Amino acid sequence: MMTQSGKPRLLFEKVWAAHVATVAEDGTLLLYIDRHLVNEVTSPQAFEGLRIAGRKVRRPELTIAVADHNVPTDNRAGGVAAIAETESRLQVETLEANVAEFGIPYVPLLSQYQGIVHIIGPELGLTLPGTTIVCGDSHTSTHGAFGALAFGIGTSEAEHVLATQTLLQQPARSMLVRINNRLGAGVTAKDLVLYLIGKIGTGGATGHVIEYAGEGVTALDMAGRMTLCNMSIEAGARAGMIAPDDKTFEWLAATPLAPKGEAFEHAKAHWRTLQSDEGAEYDRVVTIDAHDVAPMVTWGTNPEAVTTIDGTIPDPATVADESKRKQLETMLAYMDLKPGSFIAGTPVDMVFIGSCTNGRIEDLRAAAAMIDGRKVARGVRALVVPGSGQVKAAAEAEGLDTMFTDAGFEWRDAGCSMCLGMNPDQLTPGQRCASTSNRNFEGRQGPGGRTHLMSPAMAAAAALSGCIIDAREF
Amino acid sequence: MEPLTRIEAIAAPLPVANVDTDKILAGRFLKTTTREGLGEKLFWTLRQDQGFILNRAPWNEAGILIALDNFGCGSSREHAPWALLDFGIRCIIAPSFADIFYNNCFKNGMLPIALNDTVVRRLMQLVSNPDTAMVTIDLKSQLVTPSGGPSIRFEIDHGRKQDLLKGVDEISRSMQMETQIAAYEHQRSIEAPWIEGIDLARL
Repeated sequence: MMTQSGKPRLLFEKVWAAHVATVAEDGTLLLYIDRHLVNEVTSPQAFEGLRIAGRKVRRPELTIAVADHNVPTDNRAGGVAAIAETESRLQVETLEANVAEFGIPYVPLLSQYQGIVHIIGPELGLTLPGTTIVCGDSHTSTHGAFGALAFGIGTSEAEHVLATQTLLQQPARSMLVRINNRLGAGVTAKDLVLYLIGKIGTGGATGHVIEYAGEGVTALDMAGRMTLCNMSIEAGARAGMIAPDDKTFEWLAATPLAPKGEAFEHAKAHWRTLQSDEGAEYDRVVTIDAHDVAPMVTWGTNPEAVTTIDGTIPDPATVADESKRKQLETMLAYMDLKPGSFIAGTPVDMVFIGSCTNGRIEDLRAAAAMIDGRKVARGVRALVVPGSGQVKAAAEAEGLDTMFTDAGFEWRDAGCSMCLGMNPDQLTPGQRCASTSNRNFEGRQGPGGRTHLMSPAMAAAAALSGCIIDAREF
Repeated sequence: MEPLTRIEAIAAPLPVANVDTDKILAGRFLKTTTREGLGEKLFWTLRQDQGFILNRAPWNEAGILIALDNFGCGSSREHAPWALLDFGIRCIIAPSFADIFYNNCFKNGMLPIALNDTVVRRLMQLVSNPDTAMVTIDLKSQLVTPSGGPSIRFEIDHGRKQDLLKGVDEISRSMQMETQIAAYEHQRSIEAPWIEGIDLARL
């Protein structure tokens, strides 16, 4: 929503207002897009649409493409030609042909910078405060951690952005999520966001742009802030945002493609104004005390079905509403969990550490710190998939890779991997997985697979002990 | 895009909340480079059960789907509405929708209708009976009329309604605003010169 100048404005309103390219007589609003991220899965039909209509990409240099969703995370030396699955290979080849035809900057599969698009954007310095960022992927909300207005779009909208560098937009409502106090030791941004989703529900923020603020947010490092904004979409939010501060600027200063020198200082002066003004009002406010948050684990088949690690599986017998009871029964049958039993102690078959939610170097450090001379439990398979080539290189420079492999974890190349099971990294029917990813939907990690979402430290502890366990006491 | 004015079709009840786009179209079916042919993969897991509503006559020919809260949550994949459309479903009725799914529907000439929970449940009951499974939707008058009951009015954004009725090509329309977009870009390059083109050669 645009507001009159002089009136206190929210961070979201400031970024929105600065990007209204034009409002047509019929009220149609075109929002200008500063960065358009493109992947191999949601773009082919958009490029095809351009081709059929004989259209060009209006600003190819504001667009960046990378293959992340269905690339293999092992045996990659042969490049795209060696991708075993025909359809996956075709999608990556199609992306490569499209970026060549339309002149779009592209990070190739074998580049040291390849990775999940939401990891590499911030890493390269392409994600800047106050910008608008879109991508045909719902976890685009990640970039809001830098004070950008970033959200996922469909393929038709991607085609619209490619052709016009703008997007047709409807106004959004605003929601403040204020986190009082700091998270306790061993409690992470992942636990915080799962706690929030458990509290407001998977549709709790539908139609809203969330701004996260308060001591519990400013105390987070950039990695934690990205995890928090990343999962805003799991509460239905259109976007999640955090006002930029010195931590944001410090991160950006260390990236290769952010503005340098005088341009950086000039930008920084502007970025400092990207705060919600005193007196500006949100449509909705949710307050959380960080002291109430403990390590969280999902037990059901959507992210609001979550409990603290000391919690139990809910009992359908206590649910009065019939359709809700039936859904709970369906969830528990799918997850093969007993009502009333403790979530802790549930044995796992598989562990996945990675994804745009938790595939950053900080996440891998937290996971590696749990090893402490122990080995992955017998019968458990554990994958560590860095979010990008740069994360992988940093981890290897610190020796995390050998810590993982010595303990029996598999060390992979960057990609979305088992978060959505588009590449060969999938659960088999009935397998139970402790996962640092973002969605526990039925079949998300492979048909019939059972997903428990948790933090990297919790997932690593599950790998080492063979069951879901409180990482703080492990 | 094909204009949408009126739908007269069998409506299938799916009394489930939080139907996510993975459920509508699983990730492993996203490895396509076209929009067509996804109908047979729609609700793949649920359809393995012969008793699933879309496997049973008359709902196997449904053109309308009725579900509960937060329909289309999760992934932004437009393959989910494409799969519904390819199956023959052009309208979804639910108490609420996830934002991206809701948007994606309109881009494909599909109509998502939000009605309150009580009304949705009553509609479900009606269409659960094969004799009253037929529903007519008239976009112009904004009415849902089940064959077994009175008409219900629904709300829709005026601009979106007009676009559906006319089958507008949004990209063509936006491209006509090129002068305004270029003027904005010029102004923006002065106010925020640090937002430069992406030059990967600098890496």
